[in-house]
Amino acid sequence: MANLKNVTKKTKAQAMGMHSEVLTGRTQQKFFNPDEAENFYYFGTYDVDFNKRTDLDVKNMTAAEANKELDNLMSQGYGTIVIKNPQGKHSLGVGILNKLNLIFEGSLGYFGMGSSDGPIVRINGRVGWSCAENLMAGKVVIEKNAGSCFGAAIRGGDLICKGSVGARTGIDMKGGTIIIGGDAGAFTGFMMQRGRIIILGDVGINLGDSMYDGTIFVGGEIGSYGSDAVDSELTQSDQDWLRRKLRVAEIGENFDVSKMKKIVAGKKLWNYDNLEPAEKKGAI
Amino acid sequence: MCGIAGLIHRGKSSKVGHELQGMLQALKHRGEDSTGYALYGDTDGKNFIMRFKVGENVGEGSTSVAEDVSVYDERKKIVDSYLAEMGAKIIKEERILPYSLRYEIEYNKKDLLEFSQKIESIPGVEILSMGKSLEVIKDLGNAKMVCDRYNLDKLVGTHAIGHARMATESGVDIKSAHPFWGYPFSDVSVVHNGQLTNYWNNRRALENKGMRFMSECDSELIAVYLAEKMRDGASLEEGMKESLTGLDGVFTYFVATKDSLGMAKDTMAAKPLVLYESDDLVAMGSEEIAIRSILPQEIDTYDPFDGEVKVWQI
Repeated sequence: MANLKNVTKKTKAQAMGMHSEVLTGRTQQKFFNPDEAENFYYFGTYDVDFNKRTDLDVKNMTAAEANKELDNLMSQGYGTIVIKNPQGKHSLGVGILNKLNLIFEGSLGYFGMGSSDGPIVRINGRVGWSCAENLMAGKVVIEKNAGSCFGAAIRGGDLICKGSVGARTGIDMKGGTIIIGGDAGAFTGFMMQRGRIIILGDVGINLGDSMYDGTIFVGGEIGSYGSDAVDSELTQSDQDWLRRKLRVAEIGENFDVSKMKKIVAGKKLWNYDNLEPAEKKGAI
Repeated sequence: MCGIAGLIHRGKSSKVGHELQGMLQALKHRGEDSTGYALYGDTDGKNFIMRFKVGENVGEGSTSVAEDVSVYDERKKIVDSYLAEMGAKIIKEERILPYSLRYEIEYNKKDLLEFSQKIESIPGVEILSMGKSLEVIKDLGNAKMVCDRYNLDKLVGTHAIGHARMATESGVDIKSAHPFWGYPFSDVSVVHNGQLTNYWNNRRALENKGMRFMSECDSELIAVYLAEKMRDGASLEEGMKESLTGLDGVFTYFVATKDSLGMAKDTMAAKPLVLYESDDLVAMGSEEIAIRSILPQEIDTYDPFDGEVKVWQI
């Protein structure tokens, strides 16, 4: 457990009342200080040139070796990298905090492109579970199908799967957009907190179960609604946004977005009851 | 965690032992406490093949108690005498390891219940499989170790299922290893990845109906559950569909018979499965890399959805 202690010298953020403590020990919470913005350094980033292109054959590499070589190529300024023979390996392309044009000629296993921030990725195959989990920004396009937990807990960026996806797509997502060209499995949007999910095909049971916020658009049939997931009116603004998103994603050409269903949180779960947390606090 | 893999060639035979070894070895990071194979080999279909054990592997990591080889010899002698008593003629006998044996048996009765009960009444003896095509081989260690130990590389057949096990709820021993034979049905086997939460309720009910359990591994329930459904006249696919509601928990399992291979996924879709299907081959596994071990070229695969049951014929 982190060690909390009061500090006497206040930073600008503390003076503004944004927080009053710092964490020390192994887990340190570093607060962004606007006074030091010019010295701010984003670890693991490189200046790359999109016109500088190279291939990387990972057939005989482990995922760790492949990711290390990827990092090495970015450090040399390569801005477009084509990964050959990924052959379903797990954890390829994780933790890229850089602008980069990355192309996978094949399929990925679990956790492909996880915890990334900024790259534009095209995967010419399928992906396994938890693709692009915790994506912060950028764009990931999958040409074929995806496994379960697609885009789990993403904070931002666009995640596009042109095929079908498994269960729990967008679980716990906190921002960004997920677009599915085919069908989606059970518990899509489970506990999502923000962001948008677009599914052009059918979706399985318990759609949007326990969602806090965010929006889900479905073009096909819905297996069943999850707890607290409710229909909402599809506005003209929604339709305009959907058309724009699908066009940019190069998916669903000629798809009639006006017939899509819009699902949002009913906000009737306990966590939306203002009284209960206070009562609990009092009881504690 | 555990990993499962299966494949079926349609309209031809192949080196399924070698192929399944590659698939399971690719999944060894999901567990290598034990590995099991259910191989459906090319046979003339006249005689039964009985794989059985007269003791446990007591090597490193095993939870079994060490026994002297002379105990195994004694048990084998009793098995031989019981077979003679029941009119079963041993055509070929192989003692692959001190505790693991393979018999080819000429036996004309169709009902294997009485036969199996008699053999397994000998303490320490368990029939791993009984069938005219099926051979279940399971032991401690990863896929390659088990394959080498039992020389499975050259086995030719039409289909196979296998399991790489990380022991969680029961011991590290052969009796808890997968696949499980669909006792007492000839040529039925099951592998499972997941956890069944209504194991004891179902077990008690099935035991009251005369079904037998050899381990305390929850996965054995699936084999017994399906066997009981088939005993009551259901087809394999019907039994599998019923299992989606009859079994509680999270699971993906494969079941194989002499001429078919099936998969079922629970309604939560909580356990992984990747599937490749073409006109002449179906290959599936917990992860894509299992399929890639036999099909390294770019292929189209997908995850079956929640509550999905599929059965393929050879």
